[in-house]
Amino acid sequence: MPIAPLPEAMSAEALRLLDALDAAALWWLSGYAAALARSRATRAPSAPARDAAARERLTVVYGSQTGNAQRLAERLARDAEADGLGVRVVRASAYPTRELAVERLLVVVISTHGDGDPPDDARAFVDFLCGKRAPQLPALRYAVLALGDSSYPQFCATGRRVDARLAELGATRLIDTGEADVDVEAVAAPWLARALGCAREALEPAPARSATVTPLRAPPAAGEWTREQPFAAALLANQRIVARDSARDIRHLELSLAGSGLAYEPGDALGVWAVNPPALVAAVLEASGLDGDTPVCHAGRSLDLRDWLARERELTRLARPFVAAHATRARSDDLDRLLAPERRDTLGAFLAGRQPIDLLREYPAAWTAGDLVAALRPLAPRSYSIASSRKAVGDEVHLTVGVVAYEAFGSLHVGAASQFLAHADDDQRVPVYVEANERFRLPSDPTRDIIMIGPGTGIAPFRGFVQERREIGARGRNWLLFGNRRFRSEFLYQAEWQAALRDGCLHRLDLAWSREAPRGYVQDRVRERGRDLYAWLDDGAHLYVCGDATRMAKDVHAALLDVFVEHGGVDRERAEERLSQLVEEGRYARDVY
Amino acid sequence: MSTTRSELERIKAESRYLRGTLVASLADPVTGAISEADNKLLKFHGSYQQDDRDLREERRLQKLEPAYAFMIRARLPAGVVTPAQWLAFDAIARDFADGTLRITTRQTFQWHGVIKRDLKATIAAIHASLADTIAACGDVNRTVVASANPLESAVHAQVHAWATRLSEHLLPKTRAYHEIWLDEAPVDAARGDGDARAMTRVAGPDDVEPLYGATYLPRKFKIGIAVPPTNDVDVFAQDLGFIAIVEDGVLAGFDVAIGGGMGATHGDPSTYPRLGDVIGFVPSGRVLEVAEHVIGVQRDWGNRRERKHARLKYTIDHRGLDAFVAELERRLGFTLEPARGFRFDHNGDRFGWIEGADGRSHLTLRIESGRLADREGRAWLTGLRAIAHALAGADPSETAAFRLTCNQNLVVANVPAARRAAIDALVAQYGLDDGRRGSAIRRHAIACVALPTCGLAMAEAERYLPDLLAKIEHRLDAHGLADAPILLRVSGCPNGCSRPYLGEIALVGRAPGRYDLRVGADFAGRRLNRVFRENIAEREILDALDALFARYAAGRAREERFGDFLLRTGVLAPPTRIAAGVSA
Ligand code: SRM
Ligand SMILES: Cc1cc2nc3c(=O)[nH]c(=O)nc-3n(C[C@H](O)[C@H](O)[C@H](O)COP(=O)(O)OP(=O)(O)OC[C@H]3O[C@@H](n4cnc5c(N)ncnc54)[C@H](O)[C@@H]3O)c2cc1C
Ligand SMILES: Cc1cc2nc3c(=O)[nH]c(=O)nc-3n(C[C@H](O)[C@H](O)[C@H](O)COP(=O)(O)O)c2cc1C
Ligand code: SF4
Repeated sequence: MPIAPLPEAMSAEALRLLDALDAAALWWLSGYAAALARSRATRAPSAPARDAAARERLTVVYGSQTGNAQRLAERLARDAEADGLGVRVVRASAYPTRELAVERLLVVVISTHGDGDPPDDARAFVDFLCGKRAPQLPALRYAVLALGDSSYPQFCATGRRVDARLAELGATRLIDTGEADVDVEAVAAPWLARALGCAREALEPAPARSATVTPLRAPPAAGEWTREQPFAAALLANQRIVARDSARDIRHLELSLAGSGLAYEPGDALGVWAVNPPALVAAVLEASGLDGDTPVCHAGRSLDLRDWLARERELTRLARPFVAAHATRARSDDLDRLLAPERRDTLGAFLAGRQPIDLLREYPAAWTAGDLVAALRPLAPRSYSIASSRKAVGDEVHLTVGVVAYEAFGSLHVGAASQFLAHADDDQRVPVYVEANERFRLPSDPTRDIIMIGPGTGIAPFRGFVQERREIGARGRNWLLFGNRRFRSEFLYQAEWQAALRDGCLHRLDLAWSREAPRGYVQDRVRERGRDLYAWLDDGAHLYVCGDATRMAKDVHAALLDVFVEHGGVDRERAEERLSQLVEEGRYARDVY
Repeated sequence: MSTTRSELERIKAESRYLRGTLVASLADPVTGAISEADNKLLKFHGSYQQDDRDLREERRLQKLEPAYAFMIRARLPAGVVTPAQWLAFDAIARDFADGTLRITTRQTFQWHGVIKRDLKATIAAIHASLADTIAACGDVNRTVVASANPLESAVHAQVHAWATRLSEHLLPKTRAYHEIWLDEAPVDAARGDGDARAMTRVAGPDDVEPLYGATYLPRKFKIGIAVPPTNDVDVFAQDLGFIAIVEDGVLAGFDVAIGGGMGATHGDPSTYPRLGDVIGFVPSGRVLEVAEHVIGVQRDWGNRRERKHARLKYTIDHRGLDAFVAELERRLGFTLEPARGFRFDHNGDRFGWIEGADGRSHLTLRIESGRLADREGRAWLTGLRAIAHALAGADPSETAAFRLTCNQNLVVANVPAARRAAIDALVAQYGLDDGRRGSAIRRHAIACVALPTCGLAMAEAERYLPDLLAKIEHRLDAHGLADAPILLRVSGCPNGCSRPYLGEIALVGRAPGRYDLRVGADFAGRRLNRVFRENIAEREILDALDALFARYAAGRAREERFGDFLLRTGVLAPPTRIAAGVSA
């Protein structure tokens, strides 16, 4: 049987070649082919081939920042393939939008980031879809799985947008959009099952042979540590790296991955499972008047309430569902009013900085242990950009952690994971796993220059980048733009950067201090250094931005636009295009949170 | 000893008359420090790069560079500060520095903790107050000190005038300072300003620095003027000392002493404190000449290979005093008259009010370790600001002024009789010490800065003094010696910034908490002390002293000083040499 999209002769040829290859070689080839496809994305395949292909194939497009949507999309594709369905899975940024017109069966798995924005790899896709150039899609049947976090005001905004727009373009919705909260599987698993069912009905099985899945990297080897099955890493170092007169606590952590077989690349993040602060657990027990020793059976597991609260539930992040659940018990008009659909913004303002404990204290209500566990969101792991290169630190992994702690509603509020890490001591083991981030990679060509914009803890991955480039003797230049509040107390890794400058491992360092004259932010430096910055990019430099998503990333993006307008001599619209082009070329990557 | 010229000589030579790359160093945004070489040059501009040593290790772990900051030293000939300047200095301390003013053992002010970004603004502000920091440090002639003892008002005024003339006259002539700190348009470094040559008698081959030359002096050079019977400047610790000779109430001229210096290095016998030798008398009219030529000979003869042996005292010992004087007189073109002789009865300060000859009054205040700060129960900085305001307003003739002393104390000078009550009120209000508080030993104690700012400190000094004094007082009390005026000096290292080798009791730091205990100097700066116990900790120090106090209490003759007693009773062997030519 032929490989779907290929003419007879060619497919026979290809199959013969493929037969000769072992699994590893096939994986490599698939990645290679995918990259090839991506680089040719603009050139569409010939019409007949396209139609033929599309008619009997499921296309799964995903947009993913931290890997969840990608994981789910790839799972769906594998399952479909196992059922002998023709399927291809494509990252949104690699999807040739021209083919949309001829798609018949499309599943979009997409998360929401920033403040209701698409993940970076789906920006172009969503823009096209929502733009005027999007074709009518009467023949398309589709389903959207939206990933999100209900603690954000714009819950699953991107998925909703995509769903609404596809419908608007005349496509037929197969199943309602799934809206997966941070406990992704709860919604995703059943939804994917339904999606697969629909796909089966829609497509007659294709030959199992056809290796049409084009994942961008090999799936985890068996026994690798995962989100569900984290590795207990030993703590090697936990060092405050801001001076004593700094109002904030920012820490450098070193963990050991020895014996885990865990591997990471600079740009990846480390997933960390936290334990809630004992004091907070105690406070919740007290406020709810419940006994921590009460055994609670939930989702097929039985633990004492105390353990549920400490290890299994979010006590530091408050989301609408819990407010709703609490409102019914508290019988408070204020809360009911807040929850009215048209009050999204006020609810957002209400949620800001609040934690479940504040709700329990402000609006006393009667909870049973079981209900409380059911109503609270499952604890989600936190991500931390990896701040080291294995080539430099062996089987260690380093993190740069800004500790969340703030006064609100009459008590000190802390962040679960950052506090957990900040207080971790020598004999502590930290449950971790690696979150690969393919879209935040050093250029494969070591002679390329790189520009790294990473204020605050955004500096983390760039420490790894510079370590890596030193170890491999990369000849490209490294330019770092860093900012923080104060030079004297918050110049993260100052001594290391000074050494790197001396050794010629860092070629340029521009700094911005927001709380001392001359006050400024990295985006100001971007504008001031616009000429050079543009010249570097023009010479093929790769640009990276890491750190705060809510303001910094936007401001830096705006600054970059100005730079292109001023030094590239183009208008705003063109400048926007140039930047999205950089994104598609993988030369403008962002890792923002 | 190396045979090539020292690294610093190269840096000076290549510095284009002290410019180096200071401007670039100051602009470097990545560090709060300046380059190694610029560091050395900065001293000539009156500032030292330092870092808070209390934070060093902590910041290293935090992956932060040391907490760099700069110490700035003013050049205040004879330690005179007008009320207006005081107010300016006080503001600078609060705006740019660590909120304190530090009176030094060379009667000037230091500011600590000025960060790089503020350095230029600070020096500019000092300039705006009609003072400067030029040559307050570095291998040049430093601030010229003069007796602050106000008894002989008329003579003191003349002596102060000479101190100022000497200081001005011996300034480096490069415009580097004005270019870097005061935005003066750069001049061609090789040319310098025209009248430089005119200003000097010993013009060498160098157009920019006729006196110093492109590599300046081999080492720092210090001049002090004493007015007998008070040796408050420790004239024999100066490279060049002038001792005022007053005949029939008129300043006839000066006996000249050369080759004094304190600095030494632990365990290196080739370095040592040395008292100046009196080499003759010079009439007032030729003071500048003598100073220039002494400096000239040191410039040409001084050791430029080994900085440890570069001070004038070593030049003299290595070449021989006679050879040095002969060369000096050859260059002068005349021989010095024989010394007239003088008598010093002490090297401390007299506290409280003193009536000047002209009916004006002078109030000497005790400032422990010279540190002016607002501390619990003693808002000295604020108090003196108030006094400065009072004087500024009170005195149209503008002669009222502050005088800093070489014992780190402060004289409020030339106060019109009418203002005394007002000043007294402020002294009381702000807990200032007119010398009536505390024990005699406390009043005479001096401690150098040491930790946390001094980069060379081996042990605490200024911060340790209050604690140490309390414990020593306790022992003295036990022997009924509470009001015995004993001269105590503490230095954090053997460089001897508190002139410890002239203390009847001295602690010289060797390591945190450990000191050499030295005893046996006289009470007037004429005799060096000797090591009594080496490298010991507080308990041993106190026990050793306790034993000596016991003997002193039991066996002292009337009016006999502690140091003299130790010699007479053979606790110490007699000294090898006393400052020559001193008629006791
Ligand atoms: C502030 C002061 C001590 C005080 O508590 O008042 C002081 C403080 C320092 N002295 Fe001094 N010296 C001070 C009077 C002295 C004296 C006393 C005097 O001149 O009457 C001496 C002994 C006399 C002499 O010069 O021999 C003195 C001998 C030294 C030496 C040793 C010089 C030598 O020939 O061995 C050094 C180290 C050096 O020059 O290499 C030194 C170096 C230093 C430095 C700058 C340390 C350094 O080089 O990095 C100290 C700065 C500490 C700080 O944080 O402020 N300081 N220094 C005095 C400032 C005087 C001024 O206003 O110019
Ligand atoms: C890909 C990625 C990479 C990341 N890399 C890093 C990194 O390198 N370093 C790093 O430090 N973090 C990084 N983060 C953020 C990190 O994952 C956590 O979000 C962060 O540490 C907070 O988690 P927490 O459990 O400590 O706080 P949480 O328990 O999650 O509480 C945080 C919540 O507290 C609230 N809050 C926080 N501060 C305030 C305040 N001042 N006032 C009011 N409310 C407040 C906010 O609502 C916030 O949602 C990254 C995130 C992502 C997605
Ligand atoms: C910086 C950041 C911003 C986010 N913003 C939103 C948001 O505005 N709305 C939302 O529903 N979810 C938001 N999320 C939650 C993610 O969509 C959710 O974690 C999802 O599982 C991520 O899927 P992915 O790994 O495929 O990107 C945000 C997550 C991060 C890290
Ligand atoms: S004596 Fe030593 S410790 Fe004290 S100030 Fe001078 S150099 Fe520093």
